[in-house]
Amino acid sequence: MGRFHRHDDGTVHAHEHDHDGHDHSGQGHSHGHDHSHEHTHNDVAGIGHDEHAELIGDHSGYQTGSERIEVLEAIFAENDLAADANRAEFDAAGVSAVNLMSSPGAGKTALLARTLAVLQGRVRVGIVEGDVETAIDADRLNGLAAQLSLLNTGDGFGGECHLDAVMVANAISRLDLDALDLLLIENVGNLVCPAEFDVGAHRKAMVASVTEGEDKPLKYPVMFRVVDAVVVNKIDLLPYLDFELELFLANLKAVNPKAAVFLVSARTGEGIEQWIDWLLAQLDGKTSTLGHNS
Amino acid sequence: MHELSLCRSIAGIARRAVADRKVRTINLDIGELRQVVPETLAHCWQLVAVGTALAGSRLEVNRIPAVVRCLECATDTTLSGLPILRCASCQATTVEIVSGEEFTVTSIDVEV
Repeated sequence: MGRFHRHDDGTVHAHEHDHDGHDHSGQGHSHGHDHSHEHTHNDVAGIGHDEHAELIGDHSGYQTGSERIEVLEAIFAENDLAADANRAEFDAAGVSAVNLMSSPGAGKTALLARTLAVLQGRVRVGIVEGDVETAIDADRLNGLAAQLSLLNTGDGFGGECHLDAVMVANAISRLDLDALDLLLIENVGNLVCPAEFDVGAHRKAMVASVTEGEDKPLKYPVMFRVVDAVVVNKIDLLPYLDFELELFLANLKAVNPKAAVFLVSARTGEGIEQWIDWLLAQLDGKTSTLGHNS
Repeated sequence: MHELSLCRSIAGIARRAVADRKVRTINLDIGELRQVVPETLAHCWQLVAVGTALAGSRLEVNRIPAVVRCLECATDTTLSGLPILRCASCQATTVEIVSGEEFTVTSIDVEV
């Protein structure tokens, strides 16, 4: 197991140590870089480092030397490549893909169920369902969608908080994209992480419900800023809430002046047609205007 | 907790960049508009690095301020507090982001 160490400069990190024959008694276990642990430095012993000589950075405070290797690689680069590949697949199949995000309980699945009911027989809709551990949402939508691919994100390290492009690539490999017009990707309920990961959809949309508070756009600006459309859900509850719709809309406009906004009740169906029209417009413009939405 | 996924990506970048050399510090540029918590990132890095060749290395985060440029009056505004993209000079919301969305491994310090 690794041990956590605090260094003089305040940084904390963990080392992998072989503790056999190593005396840790007493509190005076100092851990400067002049220590005598069994760090194997042999792996670098034979490497000529002249080629990096010009890159040597500041290594004051270190007993051994340090070289700086310039990298300049975007941390999302790998995900973005996979996202581009997904988008290319959608384009080749003539499918318009929408990444649907929200906090837990805002009504993504209810909105999808209502949307599928309205579009049934008009548009062939596929669903990628990103649940953390269960098939509950998928069960709610089964029978309504032309095709459905369930993507449990709980296989990894304690369950993922978002869908990434590779997960979506796995999900769409189980779909016949050629037999679809529209693919709705229901992301994991979370207003933070999904906003950072491009999954290859042409458009991003989110559901914000009126039970969540007017300040949500200011608290989760990245999510509210990346989306092309915001469905304000549960408006049938407005008479019973202190929610100030005008304030919410002003906050939304402050972080994202361009988003299309739809006032909807997925429960009663109120306002659903405008949302449907927006989805259909994505299909109409598919070949000409739908570019790569970052 | 997408910091864990991000650390896995960072580890991949580091392994490709340094081959079998011993990594000491990985230097990152992270813009203020990114929803990344540096402390969480550092913690997740330990989870990802421990038991691998990257064990003992650490992340050094260089925070990049969020700056928007007004498309109306060309003024640059550095955002602070609420992340509202608005020109401080003319209050226009038609702005472009100059910096703040960085999320890059800039360099890696290795032992020699």
